[in-house]
Amino acid sequence: MALLQISEPGQSPEPHAVKRAVGIDLGTTNSLVATVKDAKAVALPDINGNTLLPSVVHYTSTKTVVGLDAKNNAAKDPLNTLISIKRLMGRGKQELEASEQQFPYEFVDTDSSVPHIKTAAGIKTPIQVSADILVELAARGKESLGGNLDGVVITVPAYFDDAQRQATKDAAKLADLNVLRLLNEPTAAAIAYGLDKGESGLIAIYDLGGGTFDISVLRLNKGVFEVLATGGDSALGGDDFDYAIMRWIVEQLGDEAIFLESLTPNVERELLDIACALKEQLSDNVIATASYNNTALNLSRDDFNKLADPLINKTLLSCKRSLRDAGVDKADIDNVVMVGGSTRSLRVREKVAELFNCEPLVDLDPDRVVAMGAALQADILAGNKSGSDLLLLDVVPLSLGLETMGGLVEKVIHRNTTIPVARAQEFTTFKDGQTAMAIHVLQGERELVKDCRSLARFELRGIPPMVAGAAHIRVTFQVDADGLLSVSASETSTGVAAEITVKPSYGLSDEEVTTMLQDSFANAEDDIAARALREQQIEAEQLIEALSSALSIDGEALLSKEEYDVLARGIEDLKYAHNNSSADTIRLEVQRVNKLSDTFAARRMDSNIHQALSGHHLDDLESATSEK
Amino acid sequence: MAILMTEPAKQHIAKQMEGRGKGMGIRVGVKTAGCSGLSYVLEFVDTPAAEDKVFDQGGFNLVVDPKSFLYLDGTELDFVKEGLNEGFQFKNPNMKSACGCGESFHV
Repeated sequence: MALLQISEPGQSPEPHAVKRAVGIDLGTTNSLVATVKDAKAVALPDINGNTLLPSVVHYTSTKTVVGLDAKNNAAKDPLNTLISIKRLMGRGKQELEASEQQFPYEFVDTDSSVPHIKTAAGIKTPIQVSADILVELAARGKESLGGNLDGVVITVPAYFDDAQRQATKDAAKLADLNVLRLLNEPTAAAIAYGLDKGESGLIAIYDLGGGTFDISVLRLNKGVFEVLATGGDSALGGDDFDYAIMRWIVEQLGDEAIFLESLTPNVERELLDIACALKEQLSDNVIATASYNNTALNLSRDDFNKLADPLINKTLLSCKRSLRDAGVDKADIDNVVMVGGSTRSLRVREKVAELFNCEPLVDLDPDRVVAMGAALQADILAGNKSGSDLLLLDVVPLSLGLETMGGLVEKVIHRNTTIPVARAQEFTTFKDGQTAMAIHVLQGERELVKDCRSLARFELRGIPPMVAGAAHIRVTFQVDADGLLSVSASETSTGVAAEITVKPSYGLSDEEVTTMLQDSFANAEDDIAARALREQQIEAEQLIEALSSALSIDGEALLSKEEYDVLARGIEDLKYAHNNSSADTIRLEVQRVNKLSDTFAARRMDSNIHQALSGHHLDDLESATSEK
Repeated sequence: MAILMTEPAKQHIAKQMEGRGKGMGIRVGVKTAGCSGLSYVLEFVDTPAAEDKVFDQGGFNLVVDPKSFLYLDGTELDFVKEGLNEGFQFKNPNMKSACGCGESFHV
């Protein structure tokens, strides 16, 4: 049973048309996956409730572990535990050797320009490692959405070059994901705050993560974001704040206890954890307290500010540089968006607000905001919003549809659908050997043709003769941005096609549109009954048609006189019910006659098979089937 | 004669309404579409239309247009969780048949 989500007004999806789309923030330290549920972007948790997936992969000879469990192995098995792999994406071997950064992995020499890392599970490239992380995130998405993903949007840093972007796309391909688009991380953050809805503006994205700092300056113009400048520091982040507090703790403990230079890794880890806890307490309290070896530690906000300011000032310097690169004045910045867990620190917010002289946007979880923006974009790109938000121009005032058997209206484009829009639906033939189909285009909300407004008629000719129901007639309704409707029909096996263009709103005033709408409500009850009756009548007609033609072909050959008469009378009864009875009575009558004809149908089947097979040797049949 | 809501459904809608920050209620309805005739509509409502039926649910309104109401009378709206997947389900006594996945139905 499919589960429904709440949509924005007028944007309920067509059944079977909801696309499962997610946004993925493939980060250096942590990754996330988000989707749009109930018209809102939400990060998807794993079964334990964690939304953050550490971007760490641990390889053993038998299995691949991703996330927290892998991270916990980092110290024990550093050669097989790959962390911060994003820094290697799209990088050549020479570049790595030239860079100052050290990676503790065993690189293998190959002819390829891509670095190869030796692990217990064999040789891995950064693309494969990223793919393993993506697989884990996609699995979470699949489980949350209840099925395979139709498309994903993956975010990349604005400064990623073509090679790095291509590597990210390759990783997605390896993970068997359909990438709708790669989205710049700062752009995703801006979209999450709905800044893309504005007409134009300048936006600064301040992204202070665990180990990296990025600043981007974007210009928005008519829904399109342009990256004006990026800057930052790939070795500055929240971890540095923890180290600063740890040095302060060591000072507090005095020289008798511990010296900074002689810390064992275990003690250092312990102190860093305390430092991190103190830092987090300060978001809510003026003084943070902890204790170590019976020494009480009281860190006030002022103390912390003194420790943090040198680090924050470094980021502000990067901001000023990027503003200069972008050629804009800080007073021109309309919005500042905060991204990354470290922007929870009140001091960081204060200093950033001071620099840009405006309150930064902090309402959304800074860890999730990038993935959320990607999810919103994925939702639009996958086609879950009727039309794109960026192209929201106008809506169809009344439903557009066509006439089907029995004078019923099948709506193809519903009212309030945003244009431009194109919708296709398949129809089929009603009678055996039918070679033409009349297409009657209608406008209105009522169920019967006579109550709707006729817009156009045209015919599709040249349908190859087939039994009823075998032809596939694809009818496409298209309304362009100017409200111009064109309807085309084609038979899919032969490709014969016909087309017509109409302007649906021509000649209809607002009052007429309103009247047509009100009529549909006032007559709702009658319409429903009328529709139900017509549907049953069509059922009956179909049965009469099929049974009569079968009787005339081989009724006399296959049936006894009595049997033949029973069926012939059944047809007459059905015809009478069709013309004179209620929907329910016709339904019962159809069921009864259907049952009466069961034996006849079975005999026809037997006889047909007999005819097809008699006079043939088994060998003929075998050679005939093997030729196929 | 009404449309019913289970407590989990009410709670979830109230939460979503609060998160959205605007709107006066939730619209339920049907439209003709899909492989089995009709499909459900579940949307936020900013301004109801004049002909809509509006039911106060305490905290938010349930909005139904008169035509859909005929198809939905007696329906119970439930909010269910299936593993990590969660969403709304219509339990409609008027329904005579549905397609395999339940996204569209027939009365």
